[in-house]
Amino acid sequence: MKDTAYLHDKQLMAKEKVNNPSFMKTIWREIKNDKIALGSLILLTFLLLAAYLSPLFIEQADVTRVYMGNIYKAPSADNWLGSDDGGRDVFGQLMLGARNSFTIGICVTLIAGLFGLTVGLIAGFYGGTVDNIIMRIIDFLMVLPSLMFIIVFITIVPQYTVFNFILIVSAFAWFGKARLIRSRGLAERELDYINASKTLGTPGWKIMFFEMFPNLSSLVIVNMTLTLAGNIGLETGLTFLGFGLPTGTPSLGTLISFARNPDIVQNKWWVWLPAALLILVMMLCINYVGQAIKRASDARQRLA
Amino acid sequence: MLKFILRRTLIMIPQLFLLSLIVFVLAKAMPGDAITGAFAGDPNATEERKEELREKFGLNDPWYEQYGRWIGNAVQGDFGSSYMYKQPVTTLLAGKVGNTVLLALFTLIITYIIAIPLGIVAGRWTDTWADKLIVTYNYFSFATPLFVFSLLMLFLFSFILGWFPIGGSVDIKIEEGTWDYIVSKMEHLFLPVMSGALLATFGTIQYLRNDIIDTKLKDFVKTARAKGVPERKVYTKHILRNSLLPIAAFLGYEIAGLIGGSIFIESIFSYPGLGQLFLTSIGARDFTVVTALVMILGTATIIGTMLSDIILSIVDPRIRVE
Repeated sequence: MKDTAYLHDKQLMAKEKVNNPSFMKTIWREIKNDKIALGSLILLTFLLLAAYLSPLFIEQADVTRVYMGNIYKAPSADNWLGSDDGGRDVFGQLMLGARNSFTIGICVTLIAGLFGLTVGLIAGFYGGTVDNIIMRIIDFLMVLPSLMFIIVFITIVPQYTVFNFILIVSAFAWFGKARLIRSRGLAERELDYINASKTLGTPGWKIMFFEMFPNLSSLVIVNMTLTLAGNIGLETGLTFLGFGLPTGTPSLGTLISFARNPDIVQNKWWVWLPAALLILVMMLCINYVGQAIKRASDARQRLA
Repeated sequence: MLKFILRRTLIMIPQLFLLSLIVFVLAKAMPGDAITGAFAGDPNATEERKEELREKFGLNDPWYEQYGRWIGNAVQGDFGSSYMYKQPVTTLLAGKVGNTVLLALFTLIITYIIAIPLGIVAGRWTDTWADKLIVTYNYFSFATPLFVFSLLMLFLFSFILGWFPIGGSVDIKIEEGTWDYIVSKMEHLFLPVMSGALLATFGTIQYLRNDIIDTKLKDFVKTARAKGVPERKVYTKHILRNSLLPIAAFLGYEIAGLIGGSIFIESIFSYPGLGQLFLTSIGARDFTVVTALVMILGTATIIGTMLSDIILSIVDPRIRVE
């Protein structure tokens, strides 16, 4: 008798598992059903594979070396996209730049995500006064003209490295995330499983990261994909203005910044235009996939 | 109501204090001070002479005394002087602020002229081809980075087609105050304004569309229809009155975005305004100008947000609960 009840339970659980596909599966189903999202994903994968695998085919040292006899050459069979002010191959720099920009975008998104998650979980879990203080600070930080502050910080930081750049940008990119996670966390903390855990004496940090966080993970994934595109845009934009990656680490913004010279904008389009279009295509693809993931996280909006 | 306004205004005081403190700390962390700046390139300036002057101007005092003096001067509109331009920062800013305000104002107006009709159409005729077109446009405007878009606009319309000037705020030869002057100014403003406005429509269209779709199903709208109010009037008198008012309140929130945008746009269209001044000053290490700009524009966003919060609470009493 006991055995059959046990078996029955197990069958029920198995059935539930079949009926509740994982979030990753839902995302995939949603993307598969949206032709444009699927196309975006394929195009994005292709671009990133090309960028990350290019070192196998293109010598990196070759790309950054200066050839004085080869300045501003128009596109040809040797230089697919011509060459820049130092005679460097634009196509090689484009691949290198795409890789750097994407990697840095990911790093900023992850670090900012970690900041936002920690602060948001603390505010949401403790609520009350803690929440009040944190939210007043975030309200203040969100009002600041962050682009100006990032530029000022980048200028005065004593040792300017890629890592410092990532930290500075991340420091201004987590406010919205913290606010979002906090609002969902506040609702979550009223639920029974949190109260049960508290009664059992589980320490707060454990409840936050191992019990609350898994329940908010889909929210975090959606938000991170949507901000990834923005962060890549911010990095390339800062590099374009001359306050981004240190010289020697080319980014897509480095190529576009050639366009600050009117002569290059008009007569040497091959230096900056491909990079500008590549950023545009990457942004559009990432955002489209992000929209599909967002729909997947909300059962009411799913198309599939 | 009065209590909310009072409380919201009081929150601004610690915010402004915090802002000034951060800016002051940043200013201190910037390499060099007013004295090094003033004597840059002057061979007669010995270290002793500089040290003497630092003592005289109180640059060796404890930080809180320096902070007090700085903030006291700033409140009276004295931000020190720029060593690059050799003139008081206030005079320098006064020459540029008009251009940036003009740019921001036109960008805002055009944004609303584009966004409000599109938002209404998309919300009223949901799932028609017009709505799909607007949603697609909205998606593009959300995903496109401002600096890439502005650059492409500049390339296409100024360089290839030659319809607009490639930079500046007005032709140099034209006399101020004439009709030609205004025309020239508008020609120079057109591309920067359009680049900013076409991408800035995202929030307003998204908000209006969603809000109209929500409001359409509310009971008071059903009542109006049941009473036989014509469809046109249901929208103009009942739905739009509800959905449009909060947009007026969003104005203040836009300030931060406009400031960030002006840095890119003014740089790309070589438009002489505060954004460009900020970039050239920071490039030349002219930190008195940088500090003044961050302080003034930071204050502007804080005040803008406060005004928006207050207007929104008047328009929509539900958010007054706090």
